[in-house]
Amino acid sequence: MGAGHAHPLHLARRSPVHALAPEVKILATLLFTVVVVATPRTEFAAFGGYALLLAAVTVLARVPAGWLARRATIELPFVVLAVALPFAGHGDRVTWLGLSLSVDGLYGAWNIAAKGTLGVVASLLLAASTTMRDLILGLDRLRCPRVFTQIATFMLRYLDILADDARRMRIARLSRGYDPRFLWQVKAFAVGVGALFLRAYERGERVYLAMVSRGYDGRLPRPEAGGATTADWAASAVLPAAAAAIALTAVLA
Amino acid sequence: MDVEAMHIANGIVNGTVSAVFAAFAALALAFCAWRARADLDDRLAPMAGLVAAFIFAVQMLNFQVLPGVSGHLLGGTLAVVLVGPWVGALCVSTVLIIQCLLFADGGLTALGLNITNMAIIGTAAGYLLVAGLLRVLPKTPSGLGATALVASVVGVVAASQGFVFEYWLGGTTQLSLPWVSGTMAGTHVLIGIGEGLIAATTVATVARVRPDLVYALRRFRKPPAPVPATTAAASATVSGGPA
Repeated sequence: MGAGHAHPLHLARRSPVHALAPEVKILATLLFTVVVVATPRTEFAAFGGYALLLAAVTVLARVPAGWLARRATIELPFVVLAVALPFAGHGDRVTWLGLSLSVDGLYGAWNIAAKGTLGVVASLLLAASTTMRDLILGLDRLRCPRVFTQIATFMLRYLDILADDARRMRIARLSRGYDPRFLWQVKAFAVGVGALFLRAYERGERVYLAMVSRGYDGRLPRPEAGGATTADWAASAVLPAAAAAIALTAVLA
Repeated sequence: MDVEAMHIANGIVNGTVSAVFAAFAALALAFCAWRARADLDDRLAPMAGLVAAFIFAVQMLNFQVLPGVSGHLLGGTLAVVLVGPWVGALCVSTVLIIQCLLFADGGLTALGLNITNMAIIGTAAGYLLVAGLLRVLPKTPSGLGATALVASVVGVVAASQGFVFEYWLGGTTQLSLPWVSGTMAGTHVLIGIGEGLIAATTVATVARVRPDLVYALRRFRKPPAPVPATTAAASATVSGGPA
């Protein structure tokens, strides 16, 4: 918990991708995902191209493939939905290995699995190469309304407080031989949550006063220089531009 | 790492509908930000951060609803009671944006859909109920708890039906709509009850110890007591007072 600026998905590396300014990475990820989602689901080759682009970024960012694969399991519930679609869908049906499958359902399953996976991997690469603090800085530089960055800043400050207090309370509960984890024990869990909220607020109030007394004025101090250089913008534009080129060639061909 | 995702991923709902809802969410949030400016004073700003952090943290604590289905708080109603509807909607959407960018939970292009469902529909439904119920129920910690319980169930189910509506408009596959609607409503009633119990106990605890922090009770308060005195007294109560 010592590293207050990291988050579970961050991978500290030295790589060209990590070195890019956060705002260009956010914009590149967003544009790439928009291109992926906008691609018609029948353009199978285009999706292969996107996967190759992401693979290139993964290598550049020095992110292990196994790490990506494990984290990508977050979309498993949607893949389960996708597997059910060929059986549950309507419309024309094909027979494959003795199973009657809906054509629309098959396309739908492919659509969800392909676009979902590409989007998750793109987000994971952004998360792996950007710290929380940099992300907020990037959003701030992208002219994200200040009320958001303010709430997000406090949220990140207070997450550590909550996590620490929750851990203390959990250890206290376990050492007294109680471990509520079933539905009928939810009351004990909820009482603990209420107490956790109050404890964290009292601590958070002190943190806030400490910040104000050190000159906090609604914005975290930002490095004077910094900001994205033209080279940063050019480098990050390669990913969405290449994706757009693939999409255009696929649709026109 | 827990395998769970309450948020819509990329590619479930088509691009046009996603874009429409992204525009709708942006407009609604701009309105919330405008209204929130009046609310967001020195006291509420850190509270909003804590509520956001709390929603974020509690969303990671899953509890079993049915075999294979785990639920977690959406947090809309909790935010409404503690920081009001405008700041509350902003808190929930901040959580959703950070989860999407840093935790890959929910698709980037589905962000508008997720914000519409959880931060706007869920929060609005919760707020209407809280505002209505508090007129008739006693303004005590238990009354507030009961309000939060009912509002949570309705808010969560309303949010789940928001997904059904978006799926009807632009689902990329043909699943029978009553089936989707029924499944979503059924699981979300259970999730809502769990969420309601947690929200109820949390706001009841806060209302008992620090009633000055509860936004929903502001309207019903007598002329406010001097703030430093209240804070000092409440802190003394919490820490058990000087021995």
